[in-house]
Amino acid sequence: MNRMEELLRAFRNIADNPKAQLEKYRAEGKKAVGCMLYFCPEELVYAAGMIPFGLWGARTQAVEAKRYLPAFICSVLQTTLELGIRGAYDGLEAVMIPILCDSLKGMDGNWRYSVPHIPAIPVAHAQNRKTEAGVAFTASQYRKVKARLEEIAGRAITDADIRDAVSVYNARRAVMRRFLELCARKPGLLKPSERNAVFKSSCFMDVREHAGMVSELVALMEEAPAGEFKGPKIVTSGIMADHPNLLQILDDLGYAVVDDEVTHESLRFRADVPETEDPIEGMARQVGNIEGCSVLFDPEKNRGKMLVDLAKKSGADGVLLVLTKFCDPEEYDYVPIKRMLDAAGIPAIQVEIDQQTAENAQTLTALETFRGILGY
Amino acid sequence: MDDHIERKPAKIRLREIAEKATQDAWEAKLRGEKVGWCASNFPQEITTTLGIPVVFPENHAAGVAAKGGGQRMCEYAESMGYSSDLCSYSRISFAYAALKECPELNIPQPDFLLCCNNICNCMIKWYENLAVELDIPLLLIDIPHLDAFPCDEDRIRYIRAQFDDCIRKLEELTGKKWDEERFKEVMAISQRSSRAWLKAVSYAQYTPSPYSGFDIFNNMAVAVVARGTVEAAEAFEQLAEEYEENVKNGISTFKAEEKYRVLFEGIACWANLSYTFKTLKNLGINVTATVYGPAFSFLYDNLDELMAAYSYVPNCNVFERELELRVNDAIRHKVDGAIFHINRSCKHWSGTLYEMERQLREKAGIPTVVFDGDQADPRVFSEAQYLTRIEALVEIMEENKRKGARK
Repeated sequence: MNRMEELLRAFRNIADNPKAQLEKYRAEGKKAVGCMLYFCPEELVYAAGMIPFGLWGARTQAVEAKRYLPAFICSVLQTTLELGIRGAYDGLEAVMIPILCDSLKGMDGNWRYSVPHIPAIPVAHAQNRKTEAGVAFTASQYRKVKARLEEIAGRAITDADIRDAVSVYNARRAVMRRFLELCARKPGLLKPSERNAVFKSSCFMDVREHAGMVSELVALMEEAPAGEFKGPKIVTSGIMADHPNLLQILDDLGYAVVDDEVTHESLRFRADVPETEDPIEGMARQVGNIEGCSVLFDPEKNRGKMLVDLAKKSGADGVLLVLTKFCDPEEYDYVPIKRMLDAAGIPAIQVEIDQQTAENAQTLTALETFRGILGY
Repeated sequence: MDDHIERKPAKIRLREIAEKATQDAWEAKLRGEKVGWCASNFPQEITTTLGIPVVFPENHAAGVAAKGGGQRMCEYAESMGYSSDLCSYSRISFAYAALKECPELNIPQPDFLLCCNNICNCMIKWYENLAVELDIPLLLIDIPHLDAFPCDEDRIRYIRAQFDDCIRKLEELTGKKWDEERFKEVMAISQRSSRAWLKAVSYAQYTPSPYSGFDIFNNMAVAVVARGTVEAAEAFEQLAEEYEENVKNGISTFKAEEKYRVLFEGIACWANLSYTFKTLKNLGINVTATVYGPAFSFLYDNLDELMAAYSYVPNCNVFERELELRVNDAIRHKVDGAIFHINRSCKHWSGTLYEMERQLREKAGIPTVVFDGDQADPRVFSEAQYLTRIEALVEIMEENKRKGARK
């Protein structure tokens, strides 16, 4: 096994074993705070000397969570709540819960009664996020979050702590963007499942450790010869493109993911936190700079324009829209975005993914057909 | 007294106010004025003060569904690519924006959109899509979900800034000018309407209630969207007077014996309104509590409170406050049970109802049932399930009454 294979295996191992990661950090005497999707202010957790831990559900069956959530709430929140109730998140000091979609707006209340031993920290982002009033509001909410984190950490979080954290996070964003670029430049070098593991592992790792591993991988990817890739090249878009069966199908059918507009993947790394005198203000401004995500106010559907650009720049043959079942922001976006892709002459297909589903025969058929449409 | 007899009944006046608002918008459109499509819980003080004609897609969708067009319009939107998972009001709205007409009910097409997400973020996505489809401006007043009650100063400041920004943009868009004196007047009228609305609704505390609870679903629309008008204030005051008179005379607009009193949770199933109502009526069940009364009262004494009031609508408040409102209403209005509508269209409202149901049952000491339905898409509603659940509730309420009588 060469070093790149070792690294890729390590990313996958971490991505598949979050509990082991949590235990490892706790054994080191570190505290961890859960960050439910989307865009939790992880830098504040890190600034307090704690580990932000991403909560994006898991491939499991919601049973207990069904006592709280109707069946038509997405599987990401169903399984996140399920894991909380079952005790999989025991060891987290608290869980941050944003309110960026309607299902999340109810999570705070449900969490407090179903997982009472892990405190919830609500996180409100402004939807009018590009305006000064919006930035001020998001910053005000981050300050409230900061106060809660200080209680948990048992120490004050200074502006210098936050600046340091921002700098570390921006450095990781930079290396992740280099990784993205290499995935586009050298299609086929990484399988879709390997590419996913690099992103997913970031949810369960100390940012410096993750950035270190990605830097090493990026250097190896730079050195690796760009072999001729003969398979279909796609850009993925959606909340998550993480289901093991979906990744297996993409691997088996020989697809290469040359770029993405996936919230769980690149959208967390595209926009740096601007360096401002008040570092929390910079963090709030960053929320206004994120594009391409269905849960953030986007009156001109820049997401569609961005997706068209990504597909063109990366030389993709088509776009795979990965719909998280019952995610209404994504379902709304589908119609105008599909139209924008059609108008640009970019082939696109949507597949629906439910984390609770074990079988994905329909996805396989759809992606086999799509490969044919793309001429492979 | 003679004067009272001569007057049109309040419910007719309220219906006429709603119809006139739409008519006014049509006439404004014909005059060449710009007409907006507006979220129902967008601060009406802004549009009323500026005198900007607006119509309400939510009310339109409910009206279309009540007249039998819900399924057809939803299916049309699905043929456009919209998932059947999405809010049925929004599906009807997309279909209407594409078709431009509908045999059940027509409203003028919009020149701009006024969105407010205090009831749900689905509103944002719905209006984003309309803005792109129709290529028209979209203004959003973002009211973040509360994490504590009352609304905090950060939220008030943020809402206030958006309020001011929205006024400025609407002035540019429509050429109309903001008038502070008129604004004060509109606020005063709105308060008068809200107080009258609350008073009218509160008569359900009497036994028997002087009105059928389903009346609230119809009257609420005016309380929400037209309360800044003198006509609405007067009509609500008359409604309260009529209910008071009914209490004195021991009569009710509920035309059956009121054997049981219930809290009804959630939006009405507009496409199945007749069945849902008649099933209750046939079993002698009157709705004497809904969250619509207290939650849509919009009471305030100053500008900050006005901003805060818009975060107290259902779906925007912190869970414990939402629960408190329901428990208080259930106790004050002496309900024997509660019916929870798991509304397929509404992820946020439905997403907390199981816990709400458990806690209400315990805190108010009443039996509860849930049923599956939808605000406008009849395909989701099952008459058999509804009937079975309601009959089960009746059995428990009856048993409780027997036990109570024995004590």
